[in-house]
Parts: sequence; C-alpha cells; structure tokens
Amino acid sequence: MSQGGRPRIISALVENKPGVLYRITNLIRRKSFNIESIAVGPAETPGLSRMTFTFSADYSRFDQVMKNIENLVDVRMVEPLEERNATVRELALVKLSPGAPVTRPEVVKFIETFRADIVDMSTDTLTVEISGDSDKINAFVNLARNFGLMQVARTGAVALAREMIVQKVM
Amino acid sequence: MRLNMTKMTGAQAVVGALERERVEAVFGYPGGMNMPIYDALCHPDRAEKGIRHILARHEQSAAHMADGYARASGKIGVCMATSGPGATNLLTGLATAYMDSSPIVAITGQVPTFMIGTDGFQEIDIVGMATSVTKYTFQPLSVRDVPHSIKAAFYLANTRRPQPVLVDIPKDVQQTEDDVEFPEHVQYPHYVSLPSPDPTIVKTIARTVLSAKRPVILAGGGVRIANAYHELQALAELLVAPVVTSFMGKGAFPENHPLSFGCVGMHGSERTNMLIPECDLLLVIGARFSDRTTGRIEKFAPNAKVIHIDIDRAEIGKNYKTPVVFLLADARSALQALLRELDAGMLGGERNSWVKRNQEVVVMAQTALDGNGKSHLSGVETIKMLRRFIPLNALVATEVGQHQMWCLQHFQVIEPGTFISSGGLGTMGFGFPAALGAKIARPDVPVFDIAGDGSFAMTENSLATSVEEDIPVTVVILNNRMLGMVAQWQRLFFNRRYSAVQLGRSPDFIKLAESYGAEGIRVETLPELEAAVKKAISSPVTTVIDVPISPEENVLPMLPPGAGLKEMIVE
Repeated sequence: MSQGGRPRIISALVENKPGVLYRITNLIRRKSFNIESIAVGPAETPGLSRMTFTFSADYSRFDQVMKNIENLVDVRMVEPLEERNATVRELALVKLSPGAPVTRPEVVKFIETFRADIVDMSTDTLTVEISGDSDKINAFVNLARNFGLMQVARTGAVALAREMIVQKVM
Repeated sequence: MRLNMTKMTGAQAVVGALERERVEAVFGYPGGMNMPIYDALCHPDRAEKGIRHILARHEQSAAHMADGYARASGKIGVCMATSGPGATNLLTGLATAYMDSSPIVAITGQVPTFMIGTDGFQEIDIVGMATSVTKYTFQPLSVRDVPHSIKAAFYLANTRRPQPVLVDIPKDVQQTEDDVEFPEHVQYPHYVSLPSPDPTIVKTIARTVLSAKRPVILAGGGVRIANAYHELQALAELLVAPVVTSFMGKGAFPENHPLSFGCVGMHGSERTNMLIPECDLLLVIGARFSDRTTGRIEKFAPNAKVIHIDIDRAEIGKNYKTPVVFLLADARSALQALLRELDAGMLGGERNSWVKRNQEVVVMAQTALDGNGKSHLSGVETIKMLRRFIPLNALVATEVGQHQMWCLQHFQVIEPGTFISSGGLGTMGFGFPAALGAKIARPDVPVFDIAGDGSFAMTENSLATSVEEDIPVTVVILNNRMLGMVAQWQRLFFNRRYSAVQLGRSPDFIKLAESYGAEGIRVETLPELEAAVKKAISSPVTTVIDVPISPEENVLPMLPPGAGLKEMIVE
C-alpha cells in the first residue's frame, strides 16, 4: 500500500509549537506511507511554520490523510501540490572528490552545465550547491557518480502554489 | 502583578482549573509523580467545593470510568494517573474513548522537568505514546501554563468531534508556587465549532431524499453524541423511512418504533441486513462505515445513492464509496436544517410499496427468530428477559463478546442514549468501570453492566471501587466459562479446535463479589433472574448476578469474514 500511487506533495501551514511535526508525521506513518522528504521553516507570519512533505500514495488514501492533517488542532491550512500547479524546489549540497581520469575542467563544466555553484573546496574535494526541481537534482547526483561522488545532503522539496490555481481541500 | 492573579502551586492550579470547569468527579490513582495534585485535591479549603475523587483499582478502569461518565452525561470525563506505568495503563482507556468519540481529559504526572529525557524512575514519554489516541496533548512546563492547558484541554475535547485530550504535568511544575491567572476563554480561532450546515447542500439532500423510492436511514454514534434523537425520529416519520443503526448508534432511535430495524452488520438481524442492499438511497448520519457495520463493502448497498452527514471531514469516502452528497455538520444541526427544508406533502405515492416491503421483512424476521424452547437459560433468552426486567430508563453498559452481540440483537434500547458499549476498539473490561462512571453521572437511575465471564474478569477488581466509594450497580454475567466469541469462531472457522478459550471453574463470582463486600446471586431459571434483578435494583450495594449458560451457544446470525450483508450464517 505504501509503495503504490504517485509522488505527492503536501504543504501545511502550522502553529510553531512542539509536537506539531510529530503529530503530522505520525498520521502519515499510520496510513503506512513512507515519507520521502520533510522541509520545515518559519512562514510569512510570526509564530507559523510551513512544512512540506513528499511521499507516494494513491489518490483516495492521500485525500484521506490530507483531511486528517487538516483536522489537527495546530494546522491552519493544508494544500496538495504538484509540479504542474506549484513551484517546487529543492536544494542539495554534493561533495565530490574527482580524480584521474577526470580532469578539473571537466568537473567545472559539469557543474556549470547544471548551473550549480562550487561553495567549498579543498585539495582533494569540492562541495557543490545545486537547486532546482527534484528531477534536476536526481540527474545531477546520478551524473556526479562519474566525478567522485562522496556525500549528498538534500533539503527535500519546498513548494508554493502558483497564483490563481490555489487548491484548498474542502 | 495583575489583579486577577493568585499565588499558588501548579497542583493547586490544576484543582482550581478543574473546579472552574465544574468537574464533579475525577477518576484516578495516585503515585509518585502526581502526589502534589492529590494533596491539593484533599486540601481542607477545598473539601466543600467538592470535586469527588473516585479511587480506581487500575488506571485503565479509571479511564473507562471517565468514559462511562462522559457517555452517560454528555459532559467531559476526567481521569488521573501518575507517570510511567500509571500513564501507560491509561492508554487502553484513552484508545477506547478515541475510537468511540468520547470526550475525556486525562491528567498524568510526569518526572520533574530537569529529569525529562534521562530515563528517570517511572519516566515514560506518555505525550509521544498518547498522540495516536488523543486529539491533543499538553505538557505545561511552567506553573503559569497550567490553567491554560486545562482550560484548553476541556475546550478541545468537546469541540467538533469529541475525543480525549491528555495533560502531562511534570512534578516540579506541580510543586512550584507562582502567580497564576485562570483564563475565561482560550483562543483557537482555527479550531472552532462547525458553522451551520451549508443551505445549498441541505437543499440538495432534501431533493435527493424526496426523489428516492426505497430510502433507508443509517444512524450512528454521532446522533447519540449530538443528542439528535428527536430530530432523527421526526425525519424518519416524515419520510416513512426505515431506520437502521450502527452498533454505536444503538439507542439513537427507539428500537420498538415501527420504523426501527435495529442494528445492521456482522451480527445484525436478518431483516436489517436484507434491507440495506435493497435500498436506493442510504442517508447516513454520524456513522463511519465500520467494517463490522458493512460486511464486505462492495455488497453493502450496491444500488444506493449515499448521502453522508458527519462532523468529521476525514470520514468522507474513508471506508465506503464517495457519497453523492456530503454534509459537514453535527447530526443535530444537520437534521434540524434538513427538517426545515422538507415538507411531507412533497412525498410521492410510490413510497407505499417500500413501506409494504418493510412490513414484509418484519413478518419474515419474526417467524425466523422465534422457537427457542430449551428448558435451561440460554444467552439469548437471558438477554431478552433482561429487557423485560430492567427498567427502560436504566443505563446499560456491556462488556465485549457474545453477550454484547446478543444485546445488539435482542436488548431493545428504547430510551435515547441508555446504552453504553465499546464498539470501535472492542475493549474487554470496559463495561463494569464504565457503568460505575455512568452511575456517578446519573445516580438517579439504575445502572447495569451486562457482562461475559471473560470480560468481567479483566476489570473485576473495580468491585472494590464500587463498594468502597458506594457506587451501586448491577452486573449480570452470562457465564459460559468460555471466551465465548473466540470459541464461536474456533467452532465455525477453526474446525472446532478450542485453543486457549476454556476458562475453567474459577473464580466463583458469588464468592468473589462477597469478598469485596458486594452481593452475589446465582440464578438458574427465569423467575430467579427476575427476582435477582429486582433485588439488585433496590440493593444499596453492587450486585453480581451469575447466570450459567451453555458454552456451545453461538451468536447468530453472523456474517463470516469477507461476506456481504445477504450472506449471513443463520444457523
């Protein structure tokens, strides 16, 4: 059940209080979904946070967990988002240790092709910052295996609805 | 210091906040981490204000007592326990209340704030553990937070769908003295009662209902909780629509009413289970399509348009196909709005054949149910006779198992809300403590626990509470020396291999009752049963009536697992 269905994104505007994240993740866990990413940060209003969750689910169970989340006392608003109705971005830090036969110019070209930035460098390694939608980051990480991929840290998706097609669950 | 601030300890603030909520009784058990609250409860200054503490003999029972109190009164039940094992023992009771939408505020002690997270003695993360079975949890970390936490717990427990709320209070917070203020209100602008029902949707429902030829009303626990009995009856009579209930809806509609078809589901009667698949419109009010109600879901009401009214938006399409209309509202305001919209003159003449069909199934079912002519007492006969002997206004709780399902089938509930049972969680041991809580709420009426010997044994030590706290109720044990429902399944689906269901001869429930100072009566015949019930009702102490029945009796009809409503096993 947890593995079925399409990737889903939930954006929740919540009170910044202890236990809110736990209640939401607990609900998602109870429905046997595997959360792929969580991103949490302060929202536009002081005292509120915006949380973005991604996981795969079929529609009916996804719809139900949305309503369960919206029922929570500390949740102000929940939106189901998709790439087609929302701006979705993720940031990743990728540490590479490129060595022969890869040359430094090849590495730099690879990074520039993805419009990523080198944000840290040592004699043996360099750390790249890349942002974009998840597909872009997946592609970058996959190709980075050819350039001495060492570590990846991803924020998980953050998303905001595009104007005019905000969908609020009833 | 503000004028309306008072200097007091956190524990005194707990008691002060409970007094402001007009709590009359608290069910609990003391221990190391809630002793300051117990000290504040018994403080001489407070003796006259009179929050009565009822000492349970196990925290699970304390939670069930609070639950029974809530179900009998419509008010919030309060239970208390210490940290660690006290708190974990509450969990089954909280889960029971959560599943049946009963409002409870549970107050637990916790290790001091500076010890939290150190695995201190009797420390447990009850906030984390209770999250799945509560609407909300509080853990006030300062004395000033205590009054708000309690006030908010009461507000949340009974706003929208009633559910339990936990308040976990570290011991140092209970002990510290500070200036506290008791808020008159708490602000949850985004968690408020539902607005009145959407008139457009109500109109649609009215139109849909009127155009149906074979409508059936399915009423659930939501009708009982919202106190919408009269509205439901008015609607049923206006539409001349048969009313079936879920198990939690038992008592939402008088079961001796000509339009009553009793409970539908796994142990629903033949006539009820045959009726639902034939309807063309199912108006569902405050019910959630539990698997025990629907049987195999595809065969439940395959040809019906479904209209679903519920207070919880997460029930839309959760278990059953998405309704043609969903109305987010509590049962009472929804029914009131619908009644205003309907006019009996709008009913078409074609309904007559449906009413006639209803009467046919009634006749069919009556002939099917008669003919139980054995000489000794059967479970079914005992339940049927209990209905004759127990006053209609008595509150009747049950345990969980065969006796409970015989009550579903044969114990007609006629006065609204007089039936209390653990439906969603099916918690053995619920009935007796729940009956005690109900008696605290309604000392004016007789209170019964119809029990099986297996279930009663789970919380039988509540006899001590019953006797010591002077809460007389009557327990009727249908005693088959078996875990009867499990045994029935083993007979039917496991080739009669009994595994771990034979309870043997102990205890002697008469001696058990007497050892606690209660009365015990064993009955073998119907006249003895009648006499025992009469004696028990007038007795100043709790009476346990032990009724030996056959260990081989089944609850029939029943739906085998995975079967549709029309595929009952009848004999």
